[in-house]
Amino acid sequence: MFGRRQIREKWMLLVPAMAVLGVITLAPLVNTLWLSFTDAKITAIATPVNLIGLENYIYALTDPDFQDALWRTLYFTGVSVGLEVALGIAIALLLNQEFRGRTLLRALIILPWAVPTIVNAVAWRLIYHPEYGALNSLLFQLGFISSYQSWIGSPALALNMVILADVWKNFPLVVYVALAALQTVPGDLLKAAAIEGAGPWKRFCAITLPWIAGPLLVVVVLRTIEAFRVFDIVYAMTGGGPADSTKTASFYVYQEYFNYLRSGSGASYAVLIAGISAVLILAYYAAARRQDQGGRA
Amino acid sequence: MKRLLCLATAAATLGLAGPAWAEVTLNALFMSQAAYSEADIKAMTADFEKANPGIKVALEFVPYEALHDKIVAAAGAGADGYDVVLFDVIWPAEFATRGFLQDVTARIPADATDKIFEGAWTTVEYSGKRYGMPWILDTKYLFYNEDMLKQAGFANPPKTWAELATQARAIKDKGIVQYPLVWSWSQAEAMICDFTTLTAAHDGKFFVEGKPAFTAGGARDALAYMKQTLEDGLTNPASREYLEEDVRRVFSNGEAAFALNWTYMNALANNPAESKVAGKVKVTSAPGVEGKSGAAGVNGSMGLGIPANSPHADEAWTYIAHLTNQSVQESYSRLSLPIWKASYDNPKVAEGQEGLIAAARQSIAVMYPRPLVPAYTEVSDILQKNLHKALLGETGVDDALAAAAQRVERIR
Repeated sequence: MFGRRQIREKWMLLVPAMAVLGVITLAPLVNTLWLSFTDAKITAIATPVNLIGLENYIYALTDPDFQDALWRTLYFTGVSVGLEVALGIAIALLLNQEFRGRTLLRALIILPWAVPTIVNAVAWRLIYHPEYGALNSLLFQLGFISSYQSWIGSPALALNMVILADVWKNFPLVVYVALAALQTVPGDLLKAAAIEGAGPWKRFCAITLPWIAGPLLVVVVLRTIEAFRVFDIVYAMTGGGPADSTKTASFYVYQEYFNYLRSGSGASYAVLIAGISAVLILAYYAAARRQDQGGRA
Repeated sequence: MKRLLCLATAAATLGLAGPAWAEVTLNALFMSQAAYSEADIKAMTADFEKANPGIKVALEFVPYEALHDKIVAAAGAGADGYDVVLFDVIWPAEFATRGFLQDVTARIPADATDKIFEGAWTTVEYSGKRYGMPWILDTKYLFYNEDMLKQAGFANPPKTWAELATQARAIKDKGIVQYPLVWSWSQAEAMICDFTTLTAAHDGKFFVEGKPAFTAGGARDALAYMKQTLEDGLTNPASREYLEEDVRRVFSNGEAAFALNWTYMNALANNPAESKVAGKVKVTSAPGVEGKSGAAGVNGSMGLGIPANSPHADEAWTYIAHLTNQSVQESYSRLSLPIWKASYDNPKVAEGQEGLIAAARQSIAVMYPRPLVPAYTEVSDILQKNLHKALLGETGVDDALAAAAQRVERIR
């Protein structure tokens, strides 16, 4: 047990961290929550702010366009995080093997992640350009397409093309986490399983994957939060078009705030998006916990 | 004597330190595309600083798409915000009702009113007050590749949109170019500018007594025309993801016979370093519609204003007065034409761009405004989405406009 002095010391050490957290996280959070129940507007003229209850939330949730945007965002999150994880693990397994040039390749693989999102978005927009883009040129010369295509100008394709750009940028994060975790998988265990007759796929599913699941969960949660509030890459690549087909939920926060200057309404969209992210994360943890308990039983 | 020396030393010290105390740095926000180039603005500013030793100007250039948000976000920055901002013709209603810009009506000399085009003034006015000085007087012109027209057997550019479609059809049929028309129809403000030009030509209205009126009449005809040129293969389908700079590149590459774009394209499309079709590019007013209009234009002007929170309003106004000064504008009239009526009779301004000046005389007189409502940004977003749906073939013209009108009614 702690003595009274130790308890006091503990608090004294915690206070600075709590103060910083309070100022940069808690206060804005509370302020946003409060704003979301008001009709506050961005203006340079003093205007009274009225509490309007749930009106902002009702307006947001009854807007069919916002409902579409939510589904679109879930699709973006599911597909991009799914691809990043699959690709990330596969490449991490490869980089975990012994071969010449491994160190160089390990260093190179991080490059996409180091590119700023806006630069990445602009670069991919050029790659997808309908007249001068590298993608059209490549596919045309290889004979896969007979004429140049419009990649981000077609509502059916645009979101998937943005996802591709997002996956290219973010999968290295998964590679690095998975690679670090892979190095802790005991080789003896894998060897023993091989002797017992377990094939590579069986060894991966029964030993490797459960072993690296913990660290992977962390990166999946991180990427899910980021993907669900995706904005910058879409804004720079398509601006939400064509015909709103890439407009994600975060666009509504930005639009309400900076385009339409309704800070109260913008806050309600922000709270909704944060709330849904929280639900997604809780679901991950619940699933992980269940699996953990199942494993022990 | 000693005392005098002492005083002289003190005066000298003061004299040296004087300008440093009085020096003011203005933060000015501009855009980095269309109209005046960054180099032009830097040169004008350097001249201003030379003439006004106490004032320095810190320039910031952002894409047009970021301009509105920068101005709005800086409104909360107190004295550290901007002192001079470039703003678009579509924002004064919103900025005035929110108090973002200073009312500068009293600063503008009374005799300026008649010397400057009326279309330029509407850029800075809202309910009888002026919130800045007009600076960029711009509208969309029709650029055409004279060679391609001649090859197809046309001696003159089209006077009406129907004639334009006929010429484009002939150019396409003769195999001169696959898609004769290129536009800036990505889901952005640029598309609304083209739509407004066509709506004006068809004598359409956006709002009547505050109610959406774009579901029928000229606005409907405008969208139907846009869609038809796509279906007929006259318009480059990639137009639906293009902004003005893409239009300029495609046209300058010789891949289109007609393009609608701002003033700045005239100099660049005729510059061999920037264009493969330099020397073949001609400019005229955007066409009209028989029985409805002789020519058309969208008011795409921009003004310079002083944000409400600027602590250096007087210095800021001196700077604005310099940039909008007739002789300064005339010296930099290659990429953006002056707001002053008299400039158009100045042979120096017309030299080498006689075609543009002739087109400007006609277009400036018919410049049509986009909806002058405080919620313009939202109205535009709604129109953008629904027009785009129609242009992508996801909905019909009438359904798209009806959906837009319904959504406009929901604006809070």
